[in-house]
Formats: sequence, C-alpha cells, structure tokens
Amino acid sequence: MIEKMKIAIASGKGGTGKTLISTNLFNALQKQNRNVTLVDCDAEEPNDREFIAGDLILSFDVTQQIPVIDESKCTYCGKCYDYCNYNAIFFLGEQRMIRVMEDLCHGCGACSVACEFGAITEKEDLLGTVSQYSISENSTLIEARMKVGVHSPVSTIKAAINATESNGIVILDAPPGTSCPFIQTVAQADYVVLVTEPTPFGLSDLKQSVETLKTLGKPCGVIVNRAGLGDLEVYNYLKQENIPLLMSIPFDREIASIYSNGGLLTNEDAEWEQKFNQLFTSIATEYGNSSN
Amino acid sequence: MEIAVISGKGGTGKSSISAAFATLQHNIVLADCDVDAANLYILFNPTHDEEKRFISGYKAVIDKDKCTNCGVCADYCRFDAIDNKDGEIEINETSCDGCKLCSRICPEEAISMVQEDESRMYSGTFRNGKMVYGRLSPGEENSGRLVDIVRNKARKVAKENGIETIIIDGPPGIGCPVISTITGVDDVVIVTEPTLSGLHDLKRTLDVTTQFKNKTSVIINKSDLNTEMANTIETYCDEKNIAVIGRIPFDTLVVDAMVNCQSIIEWAPDAEISKQIKEIYVTILKTGKSTS
Repeated sequence: MIEKMKIAIASGKGGTGKTLISTNLFNALQKQNRNVTLVDCDAEEPNDREFIAGDLILSFDVTQQIPVIDESKCTYCGKCYDYCNYNAIFFLGEQRMIRVMEDLCHGCGACSVACEFGAITEKEDLLGTVSQYSISENSTLIEARMKVGVHSPVSTIKAAINATESNGIVILDAPPGTSCPFIQTVAQADYVVLVTEPTPFGLSDLKQSVETLKTLGKPCGVIVNRAGLGDLEVYNYLKQENIPLLMSIPFDREIASIYSNGGLLTNEDAEWEQKFNQLFTSIATEYGNSSN
Repeated sequence: MEIAVISGKGGTGKSSISAAFATLQHNIVLADCDVDAANLYILFNPTHDEEKRFISGYKAVIDKDKCTNCGVCADYCRFDAIDNKDGEIEINETSCDGCKLCSRICPEEAISMVQEDESRMYSGTFRNGKMVYGRLSPGEENSGRLVDIVRNKARKVAKENGIETIIIDGPPGIGCPVISTITGVDDVVIVTEPTLSGLHDLKRTLDVTTQFKNKTSVIINKSDLNTEMANTIETYCDEKNIAVIGRIPFDTLVVDAMVNCQSIIEWAPDAEISKQIKEIYVTILKTGKSTS
C-alpha cells in the first residue's frame, strides 16, 4: 500500500467542491491513523480550518525584500529603473524624482544589483502567513493565508508547501483556475484530482485544466460533484479522453447542509467514510498505473 | 455606470447572476473579467470583431552552448527558479517570475528572455449588446493587467456606442485580478452562499472592498440551502453597514438555463427566481443613481 504520495485536489472552476473533497479525504485517512498532511493552498480564501480543528504548533510570516532608496546617495542615473521589469520604480530623471511603487514590486532584487552608488537597501514586506496545526498524533494541517490587499498568493503557497516535511500522504487543496497559483501547487504533486460539476461552465474549465496538466505531464483523475444536475457531456468527455472517473457525489441538500455548517461528511455518515477511503485506494491505484 | 459582480469564494453563482443582469436591460456592455476561467462566452457566443494579443510576461531560457554552469544566476535568483542539477544549470519554468535579473548578470550572456504571448482579449457583439472578454493562457501571470485591458476596452466600447451600463463578471479570490476588477467601479455586488466557507470568504472580500473604498452590497445566493447561515451572514452585514440586497433560493432552473446556453432571465422570464433577480437589479440601479 502506498504510504507516501502528494495528491493535489484542483479545479478550473471555483466552488466545485475542492475543499469538500480535500477535508473529507484527509479526515477519512486521519481516522485510520495514517500519516497524513493537508495543505490549504488556496491562500486567497483558505477554508479548510472551518472544517478541521487543531492546535496551532507553528506559524511564520512570508515576506519579500523590497527596495528603499536613499535619495542622499542617489545620483538619478536611472539604472534601477531600467533594471526593474515590473514598472515598480517611478523615475523622472530631469526632475530628479524617484519613487518605489511598493504594490508593483515583486522583490526580485534587480534594482539593488543595478545601483552602483549604494543608494538602495531593502526592507521586509509581509505577504502572508503559514500556520501549522496538529490535528491528531499522525496528522497535520498547514494553512497558507495571503495578507489582504497583497496581489499574488504564489510566495505564500510556495512557503506552505515547502514547510511540509511529511514522509506520509500529503493532500494539497489547490486554488481555483489554471494560472500561476494553480501551477505552483500542482507542480508539486504526484497525482492531481480534478473536481468538476456536470454543467457547461464546469466542463469548459475542466478541459482547460486537463490540457494544462497534459503539458505539465501530470496524471489526473476526475470527481464529478453535484451529479444529477446539468447534463451528461462531462461523462462523454471523460470517456473520449480516457480519464478515470474516481468518484461521483450526487447533488443532495443533506450534503450541502452538512458542508454549509462546517461539518464533515466522513464524520456524519459511515458510508461516506468508506467511500473516501475507497477514493484514496483508487487514486493510489491510478497513480501506480500511470507511473509504471 | 459600472457594476462589478465578485464573490471571494468560487462557485457561488457570480456568472449566472452576471448573465441575468446582462439580459435584464436592453443594450449593455458585458465584460467577463474572470480571465482565468472565462465562461460567459459559452452562453452568449459573441462575435470576435477584435482580437488582441496580450503579453503576460517573460520566461528565462538558457543557451546551453554558451552556459558554463558557473551558477551565478542561481545565486541571484530569488524565486528558486534556477536549479543546479549535478553541476548543470536548469531553469524551472514554473517558478520563473520573469524578472530578467539572471539574463542581466550572466557573464556569458547565455540567458535570454522569451515573451509569453498566448493570452487574448476579445471584443464583439452578442444578442443583447456588446461583449468584451479576456482569456489568460494556462500558467501565465499578470491576470490583473489583462483585466485592466478588458475593462478599458469595455469603457471605450460603451462610449463609442452610447451605452450607459457596463456589467463586469469578476474572478474569485481577493488577489490582483479582483483588485483590478473593482478599482474605480460604481458598484460592487458580492455574491455569497450560506455556508461557513462563504461567510469566511465574504469577510475577506469585504476587507478588500473596504480597503479600496468601493460601494458594496451583498446577495445571498442559494439562500434556502441553509437559512440559519443566511441569517448569520445578514446579521454580520448589518453590523458592518453593508446592504444585503436580496436572497435568491436554490433553483435547478438556473442549471437548466446554463445547459441551454441562456441566462435564467431568457430561459424562464416568468419564474419566481427571475422576478427576484430583476428586483435586485432595480435596487442596484436605483441606489447607483441616488449616489452618483
């Protein structure tokens, strides 16, 4: 039995049930006393802690270095302005005016390298926080939480994934979409589970995610949530593309109600607990097949 | 008047509600700013009168013939994007932020920057007016800048055609593309759902709209899936002085409409839910006028 693997739970479209799957899969494995870590990588809107309680054991800030210009040393040569690839330095040479636009800065350090007059030093800029919670003897939750007003969650997500030292099963609850934050998360995974819903919007976003994972060379399987609503197009697509359907969760007001109150299906219903254990077995089997 | 529909949490029904708004009043401009997972074109099938290439950023590429594997670039890179694999330097595309510093400092001039130009902005006509939307190519970044381009184009189209109302369908989350979506709009409508996650994400989204000083109101969608939680959300909004301008019950008609590529207003104009959405829209227009 596989005891060490990284699984990303992702979706192109938001709100398809990534968190529902991640938290319940984690809980089912945790109840079997397996070594499992859940990483909430949706740093813009982290929700896993609404479902899973634990004791905070560690927390650290994620920062970047941003420039501070000492105008008494600055010669207004404009080299830092030339080096900055993000338009984060506002510069008017003739007026002898120079400003750092902190919101645009990515903290790459190019301006510091550019400056030949020692006029640029750096200060820390807070991007987010990574917190680690102990859930049970063998299980941990790590949360990436971006600071409100910051533009990109990527650094915070990276720091959270890097903080997992687990030798066991790691579940990455990915941010929605297929841009940088998504890529940053799935790039770390051995296997990706895509959660979708059987609607035209769900299918369109699923296709985009599948294409992206193909270019990254990541094996994936699909969970259809809210089955019974919408149409059957998604099933045709899966057949056509030969993508395994790992699980199907019906649209059910009872399930919606448990979720809405921060409850876990795998605590409320033994049958679902079993289904989520089965889900892990399916994932491990699919991963085994794909890596052979 | 620009009305932006956002949500924080994904899948709360932003796009379905934006689509409804876009078909309630004749002749509007619809801007789909969820550039990472654009969906409204599926419903409205707009013409592509104009297509514009969007350069989202740059990636570093090493010329192996020139590279001496000295490792200077790896020392300078702050994005952990340059690996030293058994003495051979490699660029990790996923992590590269495109800052260009490595290319500038390489003593052999072995690193060049390649444009990422797969993303597009489209502008055209749909059955109820004009439509502008963006599609960010998977894995590309700077979605905020693409949102700016879509919004600028939408304003231009509105002006040229004497159209007053612009409906903006925004992305989920609270990061860069969301900030670009709400900056300077007349009205922000947050669509939430009665779940603990919905409430958590709503709080963070309100922090953003407060920080950017937007006039904000809230719609509780699928409100009957947990009436108690809907009440909790409404109480929270009352305390914060945020108007809850409507509750919309869960209705499978909305899914049917989507499957048939129509908005709920087009699909079931006389249904109770369509009347409720219409009332909400009238409220937005009224309060918009009273403040401007």
